[in-house]
Amino acid sequence: MGDPFAMAITHAHASGMGGMRAAGDLVARLQMTRGMKIAEAKKYVANKLKISVADLSDPVIMTEVRQDLQLGTMSPQPKDARGIEAKFRIAEALGIDINCVQRFRAKAGLLMPDSPPRTR
Amino acid sequence: MAKIFTRYGDGTPTELTEAELMQDLEAGTEDAADRGKIPPLSKEELKHLFDIFASPCKFVSVDRGNEVILTYDAATLKIRRVGVAVDRIQALQIYEKIMGADTMELCHVDYSFKPLKPIITMEQPVLEQALLATHIPLFYGAMPNLGLYSQPDGPFPNPAELMPAGKIKEAQESYEQTVAEAVRDIVFVAGAMYESGADGINIDTVGAAGDADFLAALLATEELKRRYPGICIEMGMAGEFIIGMHGGLTYDGVRLAGLYPHGQLKLAQKAGVTIFGPVVNTNSTESSPWNLARATTFIKAAGEIAGIPLHPNMGMGVGAVPLNDHPPADIVSRASKAMVEICRLDGL
Repeated sequence: MGDPFAMAITHAHASGMGGMRAAGDLVARLQMTRGMKIAEAKKYVANKLKISVADLSDPVIMTEVRQDLQLGTMSPQPKDARGIEAKFRIAEALGIDINCVQRFRAKAGLLMPDSPPRTR
Repeated sequence: MAKIFTRYGDGTPTELTEAELMQDLEAGTEDAADRGKIPPLSKEELKHLFDIFASPCKFVSVDRGNEVILTYDAATLKIRRVGVAVDRIQALQIYEKIMGADTMELCHVDYSFKPLKPIITMEQPVLEQALLATHIPLFYGAMPNLGLYSQPDGPFPNPAELMPAGKIKEAQESYEQTVAEAVRDIVFVAGAMYESGADGINIDTVGAAGDADFLAALLATEELKRRYPGICIEMGMAGEFIIGMHGGLTYDGVRLAGLYPHGQLKLAQKAGVTIFGPVVNTNSTESSPWNLARATTFIKAAGEIAGIPLHPNMGMGVGAVPLNDHPPADIVSRASKAMVEICRLDGL
């Protein structure tokens, strides 16, 4: 319970990383796929994107980074990667497996379904 | 001296003197330390909490650089609850593009694993379609909800009827049977959604039906990790304390009844949980400072031993967030900042 303004929006402003306005979704993927604690996950993503840890929460810098690498942006322009297209790029940029990307590859005939998972 | 504006645990406004504020902070941390057999907050941590509450600002935030990851329970439900008439995929897009969410969760209005089993083929295409159109990690979530497995809703004798009749052994046997059935349902549903591409599974509101409920979630996690080693499982708890409805159930040799967050965390890690979401209940008749000192004391004890990401529940009625359908941002933002900065968290 609790209305979205009170819960989701308040926490997003008070302590969140900003989601795809910045790099919140990217750092989250390292917690989810590698079980990394927050400091390690931030450092990993910053190193992969060749930016500082502080930049990860900055929407201005991250919009440029995401635009350059085609990782999906809040306001996509024509011909930009979006949705699953952007997640292919995210998997590649971070060096991780994304479940739905792997399954998309298999369904589209881009990868055999029993291909071994990527290792660290 | 001017009084400090704050609230009670139900959100009702109140004012405290500086001395009263510190008194409530000390009482809150002592209550948690006493119940959980854990250390109270230090003087420096209490001073940090004092400063957060003494700030005249309506809204506060973590210091730059201390931002954490947000995960959500029953996310798509919360858009419909407030009467916004959108489809679930549109609700996810609202989280992703309008609410600044780091992750999001798809769920069904009947938020339990058991009722999802017969409609799983209707849930999978929604998830698969959502995954094509969205960018941020997408969980699928539901509750073990062991209450659905006893009569009249399920096949097993109702322990709530057996216990008052003195049939303790029969009640315990019923709970044990529900565990096995619930594990099968959780594994079936979570496995299907993972095979449809979900980035993670949120086993949520764990322990709502007591120790058997917690055991079912732990055993289901074990089995899911065995079948899908790469699966991300977030376990969100229902309350701060595992109620011993059975009383004798154990996991890895540890009795489940009576465990507080730091004890629950150890077992969740052992079972293979990827992200753990502990809960501390909000006491509606105590002040927000009392509640926040108490909540941070419990969560800090878990944070200090967590080898996996820790995302405490900070929704309505837990984590010092007021027990009100419209929790005010002044207290929610203070709870958000304090929890992150005192408890070494990875997310909320």
